Amino acid sequence: MYIVVVGGGKVGYYLAKELLEAGHELVILEKSPGRARQIADELGSIVLNRDGCEGKHLAEAGANRAAIVAAVTGDDEDNLVVCQMAKHHFDVPRTIARVNAPKNEELFRHLGVDEIISPTRMVLAAIEQDIPVHELLHLAQLKGGELELVEAQIGDASPAIGRRPADIALPEGCSLFLLLRGSSVQQVRSETVFQSGDKVLAVSRAGGEGEQSLRRELIGDTEQVGDPALTG
Amino acid sequence: MRAVIVGCGRVGAGLAERLAREGNEVTIVDIDTEAFRRLEPDFPGQAIRADGTDEDVLRRAGIENADWFFALTEGDNRNAFAAQLATETFGVENVVAKINDPVRAEAYATLGLATICRTRLLVDAMARYVGLPADEGADGVRPAEGHHDHRDAEVPALPRAEG
Repeated sequence: MYIVVVGGGKVGYYLAKELLEAGHELVILEKSPGRARQIADELGSIVLNRDGCEGKHLAEAGANRAAIVAAVTGDDEDNLVVCQMAKHHFDVPRTIARVNAPKNEELFRHLGVDEIISPTRMVLAAIEQDIPVHELLHLAQLKGGELELVEAQIGDASPAIGRRPADIALPEGCSLFLLLRGSSVQQVRSETVFQSGDKVLAVSRAGGEGEQSLRRELIGDTEQVGDPALTG
Repeated sequence: MRAVIVGCGRVGAGLAERLAREGNEVTIVDIDTEAFRRLEPDFPGQAIRADGTDEDVLRRAGIENADWFFALTEGDNRNAFAAQLATETFGVENVVAKINDPVRAEAYATLGLATICRTRLLVDAMARYVGLPADEGADGVRPAEGHHDHRDAEVPALPRAEG
C-alpha cells in the first residue's frame, strides 16, 4: 500500500518506521530541512523536504496514487488542509488527521476527514479511567469517530434512579446496552430498574445532543461541562 | 452590516478602516498586539488580541451575528481553517479567505469558499502592465463554486453554535 505521511515530527517518524517494517511503501513530507535530513539518515531516502500543504508538493509525492494520506503535524489547520487537498484534489480514498484541539474534531469530521486521531482526547480518556473527573467517561470511538462508547455513572442525584430504559428520553442513535452493578455485568433490558451506583455503558453519536441527553438523563447535572466542543 | 476580520496585516487593517469608515460595525482579531498599530488611532471598531482560528475567540468577536467574515492572516492554512469555521460552524453567509497558493485557492473555491489569491492578482496585474495577453483562468478573485458539495452525505449537519 502506498502511504503519504505529512509531518516528520515524532509521530510521523515512528509512524513511518512502523509502516516500513510492515512492508508498506511510503514517503514523508517534512518542511524543515534539518529534520528531513535527520529522518533520511535514520530511515533512508523516503523523505521529501517539502511543505505538504502545497498542492504541487503533494503531487510530487504521488498523492494521486496514494491509498492513504496521513497528516500528523502539530498544527490542526495544516492537517485539515492536507486532508482536504488529498481528498478533493487528488481523490485519495482515505485521509487521516491528527487533531490537537479536541474542539476541532467535529469540524474535521464534518469536512470529510475519514479518520481523526486526537492525542489530547486519548490522554484525557486514560486519565478519566483512573480518576473519574467527569461522571461520563469516553471509552472509545467507533466507526471512525462517528460514534462514541461512553460509561455513565449513576450517582445519588441521578434522575434515572428507579426508572426503566423506556422512561429515559434519549435521541435516536443513542442506546444503553450494558449495566455494571457491583461485581455483576448484565445487559440493559426493558425491565431493568436503575439504581444509584450503577454504571451504564452506552453508545452515542459523537458530539452535542446524544452526550447532553446522557448527562441530563443519567447523571442529572447539566451544568457540568466536560468538553466545550461537545456542549458548545 | 457587521464584519469580523481575522489578521490585522496591511490588508486586514486597510479593509477594517474602509468598512468602519462606511459606517459598518467591525471587529478585527490578531494574535499580535503590535499588529493593531496599523490601525488609525481613532479606529472606531473593536480590536481583539487572540487566536482567530479558535472558535471561542470568534464567538467573542461576535461572529454569530456577522454578515461578513474575512480571513486575512499571512497563513493560507490558518485562513482556510478560520473561513471554514465561519461557514460550517457559525453559518456566516459571506466568507472570504485570502489564499496565496494558487493551487490551494482554486481547490478551496471548488469546495465552496470564496478566495482571493494575491499571487494571481499580482502576476496578472504585472502581466497586463507590460502588455501580455490576458490569461484565461488566472483569476485572483474566485467566488465560491457550487455549494458545499464536499460533504459526505452520511455526515449529519454540524450543529450551529448557540447564541
